Amino acid sequence: MTTTTQQSALHDPKSAGGRAGDKIFSGIALTAGIVILAILAFVALYLVVESLPALTAGEGELTNGKTSFWSYVGPMMVGTLIASGVALLLATPVAVGVALFISHYSPKHLSQPIGYVIDLLAAIPSVVYGAWGMTFLGPLLVPAYRWLSENAGWIPIFAGGYSQTGRTLFTASVVLAVMVLPIITSMCREIFVQTPKLHEEAALALGATRWEMVKMAVFPFARAGIVSAVMLGLGRALGETMAVALVLSPGVLSANLISAGNQTIPAEIALNFPEAFGMRQNELIAAGLVLFVITLVVNMIARWIVSRHKEFSGAN
Amino acid sequence: MSKRIDAIDLNVYYGKFRAVADVDITIEPKSVTAFIGPSGCGKTTFLRTLNRMHEVLPGAHVEGKLLLDGDDIYAPGVDPVAVRSNVGMVFQRPNPFPTMTIRENVLAGLKLNGQRISKGDADAVVEKSLRGANLWQEVKDRLEKPGSGLSGGQQQRLCIARTIAVEPEVILMDEPCSALDPISTLAVEDLISELKEQYTVVIVTHNMQQAARVSDKTAFFNIAGTGKPGKLIEYAETSQIFNNPQEKSTEDYVSGRFG
Amino acid sequence: MTTNVKTDLENKGRSRLTVGQKPRWTWAACLAGSAVVAAAVLALIGFNVAGWAVLTAVLYVASMYVSTVVLENRRKATNGLWTNLVFGAFVIALLPLVSVLWTVLSIGLPGLLAPGFLASDMLGITGAVDQQSVNEGTSVLGGVAHALVGSLLITIGATVISVPIGLLTSIYLVEYSRGGFFSKAITFFVDVMTGIPSIVAGLFAAGLMMTLVGPGTNVMGFSAVLALSVLMIPVVVRSTEEMLRVVPNELREASYALGVRKWRTILRVVIPTSISGIASGVTLAIARVIGETAPILVTAGVAIQTNWNLFQDWMMSLPVYIYRQMMFPTAPSAPDASEQRAWAAALVLIIIVMLLNLLARFIAKAFAPKKSGR
Repeated sequence: MTTTTQQSALHDPKSAGGRAGDKIFSGIALTAGIVILAILAFVALYLVVESLPALTAGEGELTNGKTSFWSYVGPMMVGTLIASGVALLLATPVAVGVALFISHYSPKHLSQPIGYVIDLLAAIPSVVYGAWGMTFLGPLLVPAYRWLSENAGWIPIFAGGYSQTGRTLFTASVVLAVMVLPIITSMCREIFVQTPKLHEEAALALGATRWEMVKMAVFPFARAGIVSAVMLGLGRALGETMAVALVLSPGVLSANLISAGNQTIPAEIALNFPEAFGMRQNELIAAGLVLFVITLVVNMIARWIVSRHKEFSGAN
Repeated sequence: MSKRIDAIDLNVYYGKFRAVADVDITIEPKSVTAFIGPSGCGKTTFLRTLNRMHEVLPGAHVEGKLLLDGDDIYAPGVDPVAVRSNVGMVFQRPNPFPTMTIRENVLAGLKLNGQRISKGDADAVVEKSLRGANLWQEVKDRLEKPGSGLSGGQQQRLCIARTIAVEPEVILMDEPCSALDPISTLAVEDLISELKEQYTVVIVTHNMQQAARVSDKTAFFNIAGTGKPGKLIEYAETSQIFNNPQEKSTEDYVSGRFG
Repeated sequence: MTTNVKTDLENKGRSRLTVGQKPRWTWAACLAGSAVVAAAVLALIGFNVAGWAVLTAVLYVASMYVSTVVLENRRKATNGLWTNLVFGAFVIALLPLVSVLWTVLSIGLPGLLAPGFLASDMLGITGAVDQQSVNEGTSVLGGVAHALVGSLLITIGATVISVPIGLLTSIYLVEYSRGGFFSKAITFFVDVMTGIPSIVAGLFAAGLMMTLVGPGTNVMGFSAVLALSVLMIPVVVRSTEEMLRVVPNELREASYALGVRKWRTILRVVIPTSISGIASGVTLAIARVIGETAPILVTAGVAIQTNWNLFQDWMMSLPVYIYRQMMFPTAPSAPDASEQRAWAAALVLIIIVMLLNLLARFIAKAFAPKKSGR
């Protein structure tokens, strides 16, 4: 066992170059990961730094005579939350129903094509939905708004007249609902089909009807998954820009669903940023930071729910 | 073309867990050595240390010496890749590369390492390796078809051909027949007997008849209990292990009393 | 006895197991009744087809429930009620899809078929031109050539940046990291990145470029490329990571056992095995970002003429084109011309997205490793 034989057998001169290749390649892969972290750090840093002038501005420093940043962004936050909340109220029952239809009610050979059709909903760009909501859905809903205004005007959210063009917060919510529906549906569907066959068959063998089986076996299994799907849908609805920018004719916050007015953060940014400069730009970026934080919190809650129920639900 | 393996006081760890303890064994060149023993006794782990394949798992490391014709393959500065091109391995389940044709599979070891090779040389290597794996007659007309289209036994012999194409000194086989039907098993066993003309062959098997049929020497591994390390209990001529074992546990195992 | 049972069954036409079920024609009766009642109710307050369909559906579901309670029992009625509601949910989900597609096709198709729509930009198309074409009933002039070029360049740019970063990151996550802190951090922040609202990505890119090249000149195609990359990278990482993880470890080990280096194993065994899934994931990511409007609007601005240079001047893209034509018609007094162009552009965009989706499915199927070759 001399050093020379060792050299010849296991220290292949060619392999030295190959080893460097391994190092280089893993270094490149690592760099890519670092780039992602850097990008995100940049995004956060940029948003914070550019927001500071608006966040710390005193009275008179903001544009258009706003007294403080929060009195500017607050109403839009509420508007964003109302629009997304209503959208989820509309979308969730339908989305869960559709998911259930695909997973447990439709004929087996149809469930895949039906899934494609729902995916099609997700494939339509948001600007097209916005255009549809503006030109088609809004006018279609005007008679309903008129009726609500005449007969349910005593409810605050319907009080004070209605929009003749249908470009209202409620129309925007319906468009948002259509856009988040496929997201919630596809996640729920994935969880529903993972329901243990054993539980389902046990329920059926006890003489349960199909609905009772769904109630006994599918929903308890999927509860956490449904909640997190709804939260992810909410995250998407909060950040959705163009649909609202096109549909809503913006104004001050009135919390009225059927007349013009209200505004959401993303639409405000999209409508005003191209012409903004100076402090106005800082204000919009600060609004963007607020939006980012809200969606971040919502998405984190969704993931937290999933991870907490991972062992039980198989929804990972 | 064939090398001797000496393990001296070899311990294998996964993190803090000692999987195999204090193995001393000498494997002769141009012979077939079988490792037998109950599940979890460390025989596969030990086999994988022979070409440093266990290092693929996180936290795995080795203490002791493992000499390949006197060269310690765990000496500092030794490249595991160089070890593996000297010590080839055939796995439990046939695993031809699904994106490659039969021909490309055979040449994989050369091509994947970026070696340039003329078409004539490549053809020669393909034919020699496939003949060496007793597969040439069956596939010579469809070398450009995907390797995954072959039967299980043919795929396993293709994997052997792929291994001998890189001209190793030693071939390790990890239960090479456990996923195969009896006829394919026979074909692979015949092949193993021929391979020992040129290579040092080490085979892990659960099938004691197989060990008795193909091997010259047999090593019996066992564990004292769950969480304890596997140990080499007895190592001798195959006929002695099966007919006249020295250890009680070996006798119990080969006579089918446990395992 | 047997013969008796048999004749019994033949006589009644139903077995003892089906005794107590409501007659088969109940649903038809309920439907017909609901339709009539709904028509009658609406006749009092003003008839319209949509209202009639909705009211009929509601009455049908309710009457089916009541008749099942009466004829059978409450449990079966509840089951039937939920079956109808689930089916109803599906129909409701289809309505907007059909409506959107119908709107896009009915208004957009004539615009798309107008001569030169795909080949011309909006240079020289002023309000007067639109006014004239609407007044005289001639075909609408102007087109989407500049927006097509812009969308194409911006999307290609974003792909060129995102795919290498995304692919390499997922390679790091799957092949190199051993579940350490750093890989957990990357996974976490990729999750965070998936949740970035698209407008925020646009803000970031616009601002970053403003800091780098100064205000004014920062509005260019490349800023939009950056914005879309921020949105695209996490999608690519996620889908690629999933695809790399399903490559069986056996193949990696087989390659190592042949004395092949890790990086060569990854490049020549792991990636070729999963290339179809990776490619289809990338295609889907492209389909997603090509429809993004807001980030492009705030980064690349708007333009009326074709601009082939990503690094200079404002650049139009299809989604922004749709938005501008909808919100700010070229001829405010004759918005029909702009609307037609907007819907035609929407049709083009939807066709592109659909084709990309189909392409992704095709790639996933066609280039998957062959299972049999006999």
